[in-house]
Amino acid sequence: MAKLPTSVDKIVEHYGPHKAYAPKQGFHGREDPDKLVKTHCCFCGMQCGIQLKVKDNTVVGFEPWMEFPFNEGRMCPKGVVRYLQNNHPDRLESPIERVEGEGFKPVDWETAMSKTVSEIKRIQSTYGNDAFAILSGVSLTNELSYMIGKFARVALKTANIDYNGRLCMVSAGAGNKKAFGRDRTSNSWADLKHAEVIMICGSNVSETFPTLIHYIWEARDNGAKLIVVDPRETPVARTADLHLSIRPGTDSALYGAMLQQLVENDWLDHNFIDNHTSGFEETIAAVKDYSLEWAEEVTGIPAESIRQAAEMWGKAGTSFLMHARGIEHHSKGVDNVLGCINLVLATGRIGKPYCGYGTITGQGNGQGGREHGHKCDQLPGNRDITNPEHRKYIAGVWGIDEKEMPGKGLTAYEIVEAIHRGEIKGLISICFNPVVSLPNNNMVREALEKLEFYVAIDFFLNETARHADIVLAGALHEEEEGTGTTAEGRVVKINAAVSPPGNARTDASILQELAARLGVGDKFAFENSEAIFNELRVASKGSTVDYYGITYEKIEKNYGVFWPCPSLDHPGTPRLWEDKKFETPDGKAHFNPAPYRDPGEPTDKEYPVVLTTGRTVSQYLSGTQTRRLGKLMDSYPEPLLEIHPSLAQQYGIKERDLVKVVTRRGEAEFPAQVVTTIRADTVFIPYHWGGRKSANQLTIGNLDPISKIPEYKVCACKLVPLGRKAPPASESDAYQSK
Amino acid sequence: MAEPEKNFQPDMEFFVDMQRCIGCRACEAACAECETNGQETMIHVNYVDRAHSAQTTVQVCMHCEDPACANVCPADAIAKDSNGVVHSANTSRCIGCSNCVLACPFGVPKKMEEAELMMKCNLCYDRTSVGKKPMCATVCPSGALYFGTREEMRKMRPNSDPVNTFKFGAQTVNTKVNVMMPKGSTELRVH
Ligand code: SF4
Ligand code: SF4
Ligand code: SF4
Repeated sequence: MAKLPTSVDKIVEHYGPHKAYAPKQGFHGREDPDKLVKTHCCFCGMQCGIQLKVKDNTVVGFEPWMEFPFNEGRMCPKGVVRYLQNNHPDRLESPIERVEGEGFKPVDWETAMSKTVSEIKRIQSTYGNDAFAILSGVSLTNELSYMIGKFARVALKTANIDYNGRLCMVSAGAGNKKAFGRDRTSNSWADLKHAEVIMICGSNVSETFPTLIHYIWEARDNGAKLIVVDPRETPVARTADLHLSIRPGTDSALYGAMLQQLVENDWLDHNFIDNHTSGFEETIAAVKDYSLEWAEEVTGIPAESIRQAAEMWGKAGTSFLMHARGIEHHSKGVDNVLGCINLVLATGRIGKPYCGYGTITGQGNGQGGREHGHKCDQLPGNRDITNPEHRKYIAGVWGIDEKEMPGKGLTAYEIVEAIHRGEIKGLISICFNPVVSLPNNNMVREALEKLEFYVAIDFFLNETARHADIVLAGALHEEEEGTGTTAEGRVVKINAAVSPPGNARTDASILQELAARLGVGDKFAFENSEAIFNELRVASKGSTVDYYGITYEKIEKNYGVFWPCPSLDHPGTPRLWEDKKFETPDGKAHFNPAPYRDPGEPTDKEYPVVLTTGRTVSQYLSGTQTRRLGKLMDSYPEPLLEIHPSLAQQYGIKERDLVKVVTRRGEAEFPAQVVTTIRADTVFIPYHWGGRKSANQLTIGNLDPISKIPEYKVCACKLVPLGRKAPPASESDAYQSK
Repeated sequence: MAEPEKNFQPDMEFFVDMQRCIGCRACEAACAECETNGQETMIHVNYVDRAHSAQTTVQVCMHCEDPACANVCPADAIAKDSNGVVHSANTSRCIGCSNCVLACPFGVPKKMEEAELMMKCNLCYDRTSVGKKPMCATVCPSGALYFGTREEMRKMRPNSDPVNTFKFGAQTVNTKVNVMMPKGSTELRVH
């Protein structure tokens, strides 16, 4: 492994991203498809139902799926054009191998597989099993998440497996486990529509989960009050009764001050607190000095607005609190989440109709992918890899000796750091693009260059896979059967619409063959995805995430089944904790003190401006898929630097002026978009692009001590206006997507 | 054509609720999926004033009762059918003169320069004529666009009223497409 095998330009010329506006073979056959396949969108955690039109083993279009109860046909633009990925000109149709100085050449599966396996064996026999790591993604189905966790522990026998949910909502997962003992949004979204107050913390719901916005607007029609906490006035914040424009990195101060207000005004549910919770006294003691004035000073939100928010929240009869990456991507993400949970518990509004709480998972299978064991510290059923009983149970399901099962390994960012230090020598990645998605990505690139062997399983050659020795052509969402779990905890069925094109293979079959060549084929002898799911059901049985009663048939019949579903005759659980029994050791919900701490990198004289990052509606995560779809690129062609007019004026920056943004980790140039919809001390850049336009060259790898999530949402930067206008967006290299 | 037309449901109307629009452009992407407009979108999303707000608006053909575009067309290329749908210019007749573009009070028709042809929304006739909903209104994730009965709409949006009377100075235009306005509104004065 070394630097890229050839120039980025040459790689891009061959493997894209190229923008598709139409299927390769045209729209022929659309009006008369061979079949319509009911499945789900491959992008965000809403997992909207969709029907794909198939003609001659190619997806040629879509038809709304009106009967699917969550979205009833509604889609965002990503879902509408996702069908263009199948048979996209950039699609990898066979394994490829790195050729120094030239790029990549197609190879047959035998060559690719035997080289991969011999390198795994060489590295592990030279440096030990843990020197070979695996990074995976939660675009994958539950079946694949489960299989990858098992593959790491049983076939690779390495402790170092982690996943890109580590960059997503692990702070929420850790907070949920501490407070409730179970990690899931408490209610189905249906409860949202009738809540009296909705509080959205750090989530641009309108652009990241557009189909969920319908529920929020409906709640508004039913009279719901809306509180939005966000440093930007996003489309959802625009209409809020209260938009709390918070200084990034100060969330726990806000929630602490609101809790203090609830106590001071006795807007509390004493019955619930006394009978069903623990830890209340310590928790309120930690915020007793959090006055409104102090909170205003820290958060930049007027004291009166904070008071109003507390009153609105405190006096409501029913409520729903939701949060997303805006409060989770912090070095105190878990504290922020616990701060929110404390507000929910203090008012006792959980486990009841129209009352709910939860994180909105960003990635398609962000929920299921965090349950089945491809996290470094977790076994299937959200079991703990350090717990002897849990280990024993899963070892039994897998048919191995518990002593052979590796222990807890490093988290995603730590794995890359260990590669950088030379401690990890080999890597296999599947559906993960850390060169774009990890913070401080110049370090990530250097790390990849130090690997002795890197194999990627993917369907497009993303920015990270360009560094690989071997790329195994895997499958798109529409090419492999399985299940996914939506952000509301509904297990849905992903149906294969077509088979992988050319010599590409399903991810499951690739892992099965690797396992067989590593000598454990018998442990992976699954006939089909349903067989994997059936093993997963048993592995999750009796856990806090019990899928045992869910079958493929039941999912299809009921438009999904909400877990937990412990037995075949169980209908599933859309609303958790109606019995007020929580999965903690004492059976109570736990308050947890969440005192305020400063962000990891406060602003100073040299770096005086706060930088925050996020998404746009037309792009998805590292853009591997969406930067290849023409319409999506055209609607937001390049990352823009959102800046408030008063800050812009200080620097003499005008609309579309090019501005260099510099942090301690890197620098990059962006056209300015001067808007009053952002705080005056904060700038915002969307992070979906790679190369010179990558926002993650600038962000910081401060990790939350518990969840190990990086602090994407706040770091210190300085702005250097370059004194010239940006070229038209269509000429930017971001639009060319290098 | 005769058979499917029977399935057009005349009690179904089109409603636009700007307050809800989140500017996602799913409607534009979906409209281009329509089989009749050559992958071009016939609905347009715009920011009202991006410098100060994230509010967007969406403009779809209003399907006027007495359509100005059809009235001024010298080639009789634009026609309203018995269901009240104002159709896109008939390709064999349209001479690309742009009269319709200038006449429409809502600024809807767009001339396709390359094709020398005027194109506009035809209420997804390929879908509505077989009892399906128009593509844009089906996918709109926020409910800013809706296709259904007036009754359904009244139930769903108790705080708004559908309005389909527009006053442009002295001129009154009635449309098949409704915009949602605050409760009690009966008309919209444009200027
Ligand atoms: S990206 Fe999310 S909201 Fe958009 S269509 Fe897909 S699942 Fe639905
Ligand atoms: S009704 Fe159909 S043709 Fe008209 S704008 Fe909507 S999608 Fe396009
Ligand atoms: S799909 Fe709906 S919300 Fe999105 S831009 Fe169009 S009208 Fe607005």
